[in-house]
This record gives sequence, structure tokens and C-alpha cells, in this order.
Amino acid sequence: MSWITKTLTSSIGRKIIMAVTGLFLCTFLVVHLIGNLQLFKHDQGAAFNTYSHFMGTNPIIRTIEWGLVLGFGFHIFEAFALTRRNKAARGSQGYVSNHSEQNSEWTSRNMGILGSIILIFLIVHLYNFFWRARFAGDLPRMGGADEATRDYDNLYMAVVSSFHIWWYVLLYVAAQISLGYHLWHGFRSGFQTLGLNHRKYTPLIKYVGYAFAVVVSAGFASMPLYFFLFTNEQGELAANAPALLHSVASIF
Amino acid sequence: MAGSNPNAKPMNLTLKVWRQPNRQAQGNIVEYHVKDISPDMSFLEMLDVLNEDLLRGGQDPVAFDHDCREGICGSCDLFINGRSHGPEKGTTTCQLHMRKFSDGDTITIEPWRANAFPVNKDLSVDRSAFDRIIQAGGYVSVNTGGAPDGNEIPIPKEISDRAFEAATCIGCGACVAACKNASAMLFVSAKVSQLALLPQGQVERKTRVENMVAQMDKEGFGACTNIGSCAAECPVGISLENIAILNREFLAAKAASNNLA
Repeated sequence: MSWITKTLTSSIGRKIIMAVTGLFLCTFLVVHLIGNLQLFKHDQGAAFNTYSHFMGTNPIIRTIEWGLVLGFGFHIFEAFALTRRNKAARGSQGYVSNHSEQNSEWTSRNMGILGSIILIFLIVHLYNFFWRARFAGDLPRMGGADEATRDYDNLYMAVVSSFHIWWYVLLYVAAQISLGYHLWHGFRSGFQTLGLNHRKYTPLIKYVGYAFAVVVSAGFASMPLYFFLFTNEQGELAANAPALLHSVASIF
Repeated sequence: MAGSNPNAKPMNLTLKVWRQPNRQAQGNIVEYHVKDISPDMSFLEMLDVLNEDLLRGGQDPVAFDHDCREGICGSCDLFINGRSHGPEKGTTTCQLHMRKFSDGDTITIEPWRANAFPVNKDLSVDRSAFDRIIQAGGYVSVNTGGAPDGNEIPIPKEISDRAFEAATCIGCGACVAACKNASAMLFVSAKVSQLALLPQGQVERKTRVENMVAQMDKEGFGACTNIGSCAAECPVGISLENIAILNREFLAAKAASNNLA
């Protein structure tokens, strides 16, 4: 093995890959969340579909997409590799009595379980939206008067109809809660692994991480809940929706 | 007993102790009862009482590691009620006193659990993996000759304080025992950052971290996932900042050293 592979397969090397990919995936979450906020726009999905058409066809985005595939791939692979190593390190005989809840946070000890829930969600999520839009091509067209956007996939309607299936909404919300807890520990853990621990910045990183975890997971979870609870099958706001949502809708 | 609290009532306790005749044998938890334990006793003195009872009854006493019994040598190593060195924060088992427990308590006592720390017998574990990690690079090479003058090498007070904090590690292994991943990174990081901070450590700075991490991996310790239970259980308060220093020392050494292996 060369020094590079030796470095990257050492215990610290694997941690560093985990941290780098994890923090990279955090930037993806920001982009994904901001883009998806267009679901809340009251235009029968015109803005969202234009955006998703751009994301699916722009050559720069399509190139960066491979970085995303690698980011997810390495993050998941290293998770399995590290879990295997760490389970073996404890040995076959574990503790009869172990009160780790007295010395550490639950989230930090259960990143693997949280990540697995997110992985299951990711597979369902990719199949339902990404696969259908990119490869299956079975989505309805947007239609309408505008010739430029007439043939765009109507991904918006696929989202709206999916978010009217109760178990789908349940899976999404459960996955976002898992994501929130995953980020709760993962965000600051990534900085620590990269050696960024300083009495000036570590408290800041910690609380920014907490805020990031809450905002991102609540932001994503709000989408299925919004469509399930407050809109009809066409994504139009129901009459009995709270007044706040109507006033937000009227702004757009 | 001089200095003891006359109002302290003796305690009767139930002990669940891991018994294992040797490295190869299967072990199991055995229940014992100890009577009239003084709250002023240390945890190890309580085990001494148990062993005297066992010896009087013609039974094999419980093997456990101990040496100075002053909280400085790092020999004692019990996993008590699911915690390294017991429930008290910032203390070794020898400095844990029975007043932290109550009459009638059941106390579970296990050895450190790590693949790299095989159980010798009962509660005694082999921690020579730590010695081999230190031998791999946890030292500075100094030329023999006349003793240098004091303060010949200027070291800022803040740096020497931080190095000393890291140097307080007694190598007990509580970090490995508490860690979900049986990771030795708090131990390794304490030595790496102590020597990386000081001018005497600069000569071997890169090879040290490379060799110590390689030995740590070879011994079969796990990889840190920043849970923090190690630092929470450390009897001398080695902080997680040291692991961050270890990570960047390792990365910098791997990127810049001339070592191609």
C-alpha cells in the first residue's frame, strides 16, 4: 500500500474522510433546502419545476452531482468500515452493566442507527423523485401556455401527490427527526475530527451546529407536513388552513 | 481508626464481580456479600475485605490491579456500576470511597473491556498495548552529557501549562474502557500533544505521531467518534482538545513527512 492509502485507511484517516464528506453533505443540505422552499410558492409549481429542470440539465450542476454521489458513497462506506472496526475493538465480551448515558449524549452514541434510518429514507426518496425524473421519465409534463416550460417534467405534482400518502409523510418526518439528531452531533464532530478545536470557536461551532440541525430538519419536515395537512391534491391551500399560511401564501 | 468519622455507619453490600480464572477461560459474574464496610474505606480496601473473607473460606481471592493507592500511578482499573473508576467524577478507583455508596447497594465490578486489553485474571487486565504505543514514539531522544541549565530553553508559561495538563495522563485506560469504540485516542493524543507543544519534542514530531497512530491501530483499538465519554471519565481531566490536536498533527505529518511507508 502507498502512504496515501495507508493514511486514508488508518483510524484517523477514515475519521477525516467521514468528517470531510459529512461537512460537504451539510452544504448540499443547505442548497437542497433553499431550492425546495419554492414548493411553498403559489404558482402551481412553475418556479419549482423550472428550478428542478435547471438542476437536472445544467452541465455544471450535473458535474457537481458526481461529487455528491462520491460524498454520499464515501460517507456511507466509511460508516460501515468504522463500525466494523469499532465493534471488533470492544471484543466479544461486552459489559454486563454499562451506563454510558451518564457520560455522553445519546445522539453521539447512535450515529449509525440514525444514519441507517436516513439511508433507508434516501433510497426511497431517490427512487421516488430522482429516479423518476432522471431515468424513468414517467412524470407528467407541465403543460400550460409558456412554450419554454411546457415540456418540463411536472415534478411538483409528483411531490404533492406523494405528500398526500400518510406512510410516506410518516417516513419523511421520521427521517428528518433522525437527520436532526445526526446533525446535532455530526456538525461539531466534523470540525473536531479535522482538528478545529479552539476555546474561541468550539462553543460557536457547537451552537451553530445545534441551530443548523434544527433549522434543516424542521425545514425539510415542514414540506410533507404542509402538503399533507393543509393543501388539496393539486397543492392548493385548503380553506381551513391556519390564517398564517394564507397570509404567507398571499405574499407570493 | 484515626481521622475516621465516628458517626459513619458500617455498610453491608452485595457485589457482582467478574471472575475469570485465566486469559483463555470463560468468565462469569459471581455474587458476593461483604459486611461491616466502613464508609471511610477506599473501594480497593473494600475489595481487600472481600479477599480476606474469601481466603478465610479457602476460596481464590479476586485478582485486581493496584499499586500506589494514591491516585497517581494509574494501576487501578475497575469498571464499577457501568462506569470507569465508578460513579465519582475525576477520580481513580483507589480514590473512590465507600461513602459514595449506600448500605444495601448492589455493586457490579467488571474489568476494562477492549480487545487490546485482554483479561489476565478476574478484574486484572493486560494494558501492555499502551506501553507498546509509548515505545513507538511517546518519548524525546536526548543526548547524554552535562545537564543543561534551568530555563536554557525558553518556553512560554501558557505552553508549558498546556503541555503539563496533557502530561498528567496516568495511562490507566479509563478512556478506552468508557469509549463505545474502545478507542485509545485520548491516551495517544495526550502524549502527542504534550510533546508537540514543547521545543524538545520538535525533532521527532512527525515520526512520533505517525508511529504512535500506526501502533494504536495495530493493537486493535477503535476509532474515535467524538462521543466524549473518555474525557468525562478521565480521572485527571485530559480534554477532547487533545484529540483534535492529535488529528491535525497526524494530518500535517502525513502530508509533510518524508516517510513513504
